[in-house]
Formats: sequence, C-alpha cells, structure tokens
Amino acid sequence: MVGRPEPSPGLLRRLDALARACLPAGLTAVLLVLAAGPSGVPALVPAVVLPQVVFWSIFRPAAMPPPACFALGLLADLLTLAPLGTGVLTLLVAHGLSVSWRRFLARQTFLFVWLAFCGFALGAAGLGFVLTAALQWQVPPFAPALHQAVLTAGLYPAFAFLLGRLHAVLLRAEEQG
Amino acid sequence: MIRLSIPLRQALARLSLPVLIAAAFGTMLLGKADALIAERARVALADLLAPFYAAFAGPAQAVRDTVAELPELYALREENARLREENDRLRRWQAAALALEAENALLRRQLAFIPERAPSFQTARVVADGGGVYARAVLVAVPPGVQVRRGQVALDERGFVGRVTEVGSRSARVLLATDMNSRIPVTLEGSRARAMMVGTNGARPRLQHWAEGTRPEEGERLVTSAEGIAFPSGLPVGVVRWSAGGVPEVELFAHLDRLDVVRLFDFGLGGILPPEAVARPEPRARR
Repeated sequence: MVGRPEPSPGLLRRLDALARACLPAGLTAVLLVLAAGPSGVPALVPAVVLPQVVFWSIFRPAAMPPPACFALGLLADLLTLAPLGTGVLTLLVAHGLSVSWRRFLARQTFLFVWLAFCGFALGAAGLGFVLTAALQWQVPPFAPALHQAVLTAGLYPAFAFLLGRLHAVLLRAEEQG
Repeated sequence: MIRLSIPLRQALARLSLPVLIAAAFGTMLLGKADALIAERARVALADLLAPFYAAFAGPAQAVRDTVAELPELYALREENARLREENDRLRRWQAAALALEAENALLRRQLAFIPERAPSFQTARVVADGGGVYARAVLVAVPPGVQVRRGQVALDERGFVGRVTEVGSRSARVLLATDMNSRIPVTLEGSRARAMMVGTNGARPRLQHWAEGTRPEEGERLVTSAEGIAFPSGLPVGVVRWSAGGVPEVELFAHLDRLDVVRLFDFGLGGILPPEAVARPEPRARR
C-alpha cells in the first residue's frame, strides 16, 4: 500500500482521549465520595458504585478496567466502615461477570438488563454479607444487606439513563475525532 | 510507556482480574491481621477529603433546606386557601354588619333616639371577702374623697358582680350575686323574657319567676333588666345552665371566686336600694 503513515496524534488529541478514558472511573469516584458525605443513608455508597461499575463493564469495558474496579472498591471500603477488602472483591466479581456476559447483555432491552442487574445487586449484597460474617466471625444483621440490595437495584434506572446519555456523547465524540 | 508484544499484553489483561481478586483477598487478610492499618488509611483519606466536603457542605445545606421547605410551602398553600375562604366569609359578615349599622342609624333618626350617656365608674381593689352579715360579700377599698353610693353596680372585666350595700369612708361592701339575699332582675337575651336571678350561697344562682311559656334555654345569655329601676338594662350577667336536678341555674361571666378589682358604676339610678345591714341587736341590759 502506498501512502503516508497516519500522523502521530498531537498533545491535545491525546489529552482528549485520556480524559475520555478516565471519565467513567473518575465520575464514579466523585459520586462515591459525594455519597459518602453526610447524606444520612448508610447504604448509599455501595448502591452508587455498583450500578456504574456494572454499566461501564457491560457497555464500555475499556473504560472500567479491573485496576479501576480495585481502586474504587478500596475507596468505598475506606469511606464506609465495611471490613477492608469486601467491597473490592464484590466489585471485581461483578466486573468479571458482567464483562464475560456483556456480549449477551449489551443486546438485550433495558428492562432485561435491569432484571439482570437486580440479580447482580442481590448477589453483591449477599457476597458482602457472607464476607463480613466470615471476617468478623459473627452474623451481621440481615436487614441492612437487603436494604442495600433494594436501594442498589432501585438506583440503577436513574444511573442507566444518565450514563447511557454520557455513553452516546462519548461515542459521538470518538466518531468525530 | 513500555512497548509490549500484543500476545503478552493480552495475557496480562487476562491475568489482571485473577491477580486483582487475589490481591483483594490479600487486602482482606491484611485488614484482618492489622486493624490499625485500615484505621490509619481511613483517617488519611478523611484528611484528604475534608476540604472537598467542606466545599460541598454549602450547596448540600442549600439543597437540604429547599427540601425541608417543600412541606412548609404546601402547608402555606393550604393555609392560604383557608384564609381566603375565611376572608370571603368575613366579607359577607362585614356587609351584613354595615347594612345593619346603616339601618340602625336610619331608625335612630326616625325615632329621635336619645343615646345613653356613658356611665362613670371607679375601679377599686378588693381587699377582703367574707365578713359582715352576708355570706357572699366582698370589701373593696375606696380611696378617701371618692364618692361611692349605695346601690352602685359592681362589674369585673367580664360581667355582673353585685351591688354596693354599705359604704364607709374608706371602704365599701359589695353584695355578690351568689349571696342568698341577692335578687337580680334579668332578661333572657333570646326571648326577651324577664326572670329573677336568686342567689343560693352556691357558685351558681338560680333562675326563678320567669313568665309562663318562656322556658329558659340551655346556653341562653342573660343580661340585667331595667325592671325596678335598680339596674340599667343590658349588663352581661351569665349563661343559663340546667342542672342535673332540672333547675335552671346561671353560670356567671364574672369570676366571683377570684375577684381582684371591680368597677363600681354609677348609673344614677335610685330604685330599690339594698337593705341596710341589719345591726345585731344589743344584748338587753340586765336588770
């Protein structure tokens, strides 16, 4: 093939790409810190993190790599009083499952994805419950875990709507750039 | 950036998740083994985020205030509707009152009505109750130089109290409406029927001698009657209450059991004066 090689991307373009790549994880981190503020709802932190991690893992896995999940989980664990590492493991497992099922899930309707996410929320709350019980060597109360699962599942549509818009904007920007 | 061959990079990407999950377990063990590390990390993170939270506190407070104001706004709306309705009602009443006032003025012009002059009164302090020949009477202190006549009417701030029966140079005795010797002509305000209010030494005087066919209604207001020219008409007295025994009694407006200050009105009426206190007969001198 005859032709000139593609010019190497300039600084601005590289910065643009970097910002786009960092946006999902950064936005998740900011919302997580906001949710950890004195909002009065203790289950808000995990309920804010999980929908975003699962959404980006399904629709844009490159923007939510495992190290980002690890960092977000660690941040969530430090901001809440959960035993260190439980949130990390939960997020990594949720990320791994949604990445391996993304080819199937990304083609389904919103309602089906939400139903699947309800399963994710229940599983995450259950895993957190089991890990807390194992680490503290006593059975924690059951109601907060259920509360957290319901809150997480209920917050998903709002996050899916906003993040879906954001995703479309990012896609358009990439097509133009 | 380190250049890596594509297969190596793919292998690393595939490996990163298991490695990180293992690291998560390691974190758990670390947090379990040394609880101090987790605490220290939390404190450090809190230190780091404190300025952020401080900057965020203002808007968050504003949002919280707005949310807290919403029910108040709703209550305000309801209150507004209620007030508007009440205003409409009061406006109707105002119209009625104005119409009645105009009618009243008209009728007065037609009748050459002579308005009553405002009565003069002195306010005196109650200094003692009981004593004297009456069971229910109070003594009021009258400063020297103030003219008090027998037969003056005493009212407290709510209604009829009694009549002045004895006058000294510095004091006057008021016979209360509850005393057994008290007979007050009254008018039933609704039916305009006359009756007598008779004291019983109890808290509620009885109602007697009303005209046949005008039974006093429960809760009907009583005012004094000008019958006998002892009282002006229309002084508020009390409310009719039927007792359990089927006797009409009067719940007085005035609080006779805790009188502090009474107003002694001089209506300039002679009429029937209360009797002089009967002096105790002197014991007969032994012969």
